[in-house]
Amino acid sequence: MSSTAPTIVSLRNVGKTFDSGTVALDGFNLDVRTGEFVSLLGPSGCGKSTALRIVAGLSTASEGTVEAPDGNIGFVFQEPTLMPWASVAANVRLPLKLAHAGDAQAKAAVAQALARVGLTEFSDAFPRELSGGMKMRASIARALVTEPQLLLMDEPFAALDEITRFKLNNDLLRVWQELRRTVIFVTHSVFESVYLSQRIVVMTPRPGRVFAEIEVPAPYPREDRYRMSPEYAGYCRQVAEALEAAMGGAS
Amino acid sequence: MNARVLRIALPIIVLAAGVLIWDLTVRLLDVPSYVLPGPGLVVATLYADAGLLWQSLLVTLTITVQGFVLAAAGGIALAIAFNQWRLIEHAFYPYAVILQVTPIVAVAPLLLIYLPQPLAVLACAWIVAFFPVLANTTLGLNSVDHNLIALFDLYKASRWQVLWNLKLPAALPQMLAGLRIAGGLSLIGAVVAEIAAGSAGAGSGLAYRIAESGYRLNIPRMFAALLLLSLAGVAIFFALSALSHLALRRWHESAVRRER
Repeated sequence: MSSTAPTIVSLRNVGKTFDSGTVALDGFNLDVRTGEFVSLLGPSGCGKSTALRIVAGLSTASEGTVEAPDGNIGFVFQEPTLMPWASVAANVRLPLKLAHAGDAQAKAAVAQALARVGLTEFSDAFPRELSGGMKMRASIARALVTEPQLLLMDEPFAALDEITRFKLNNDLLRVWQELRRTVIFVTHSVFESVYLSQRIVVMTPRPGRVFAEIEVPAPYPREDRYRMSPEYAGYCRQVAEALEAAMGGAS
Repeated sequence: MNARVLRIALPIIVLAAGVLIWDLTVRLLDVPSYVLPGPGLVVATLYADAGLLWQSLLVTLTITVQGFVLAAAGGIALAIAFNQWRLIEHAFYPYAVILQVTPIVAVAPLLLIYLPQPLAVLACAWIVAFFPVLANTTLGLNSVDHNLIALFDLYKASRWQVLWNLKLPAALPQMLAGLRIAGGLSLIGAVVAEIAAGSAGAGSGLAYRIAESGYRLNIPRMFAALLLLSLAGVAIFFALSALSHLALRRWHESAVRRER
């Protein structure tokens, strides 16, 4: 189904050079189809976050063409990036508040987003009262509250312990299957990318370029059983080898 | 004894010991009261001159509060203007610094020439209290989490939405720290101006009472007025600390009690 779906994001020959002279991206190409779950995988400094920020419109490409939705994008940062002075519910509501949404409609949307990530009971808590994993859940609920057509995630689980990360991986996949929105997920973990995505874009560092694209055709729902399967281990080896080769070319 | 009791008891013990040594020194060395009055005489003077001193205290406190409120409003407003329009910051920041670094004691006599006395005192209180509010609030407004700013950009927030929903709440801890400093400084500014005015023979505030009592060698009254002034300073500090605690207690690390 996804192979015939229309393209929602298209980057063509995109380059990004920072004022410092660092070339983060050079000749970067990426096509993402509607409803797809794609991971950008690479070592730190390979420009994968930069690519994500360009898709979000938070950064502009120095060269090349960028086609991406203008607005109604959800973004999850590496840190939870919550406002410490506001309750969880107020944090999740922020995108609606900024869009001047009506009170009743906003309340319903916030309640639904909190329920999706399992934070209903913590809606009145303040961020400092939450664990790292729960803060990240709140951050994801905020990104979901506008029902975005495109969800961008920039290493959201990198700072979490493995047990929490596995749980959030499962919950993210469940939400993705319920909503069927497009997700672009940046990570430096081979295992995480193989577990989550339909397609993995392996990048080379300095400058960031696409080294390989690997399809992961394992069916959803993927659960902990998939994580233990030889099939999963096989994909992980394939992706790890590609990553190794991508890094070998640079160092 | 637990730590909490000690924290209250220790300063009281130190105070009692200090007053005792002071009293013994005056008694044993037979120091005349126009050189150093004993603590008993100071308290007696405080009681005897209560009407006069209370009136003066009210005058000084009124000016201090007025100066503080104007400094808070002006400092916060200017910090917002600096943050929103960089050109304004470049144009005015050096002069805000000059206003701060020029000793107020030297400026007060000049102000007294050009302004009526109460207004000059108010101006002095404002000048010294204004800068810490401006500097701290500016720092707070400029140190907002970059990712949160990116998030507001992503949702196409207007400039005023960013200011109101993000920058001002984020700057609140620094702003309150600035206000706490400003409270004490506006009292100092008012006192400096009153002393300067006192040397010109006009005024009615507490500091003026100190200057006037000095001329009359009424040393006990000087001490009584000084005592009231420092109590006023302590009261201002505690009031602003309480305000800060109330505003931040739910979310800011500085106001949340650490559990171990």
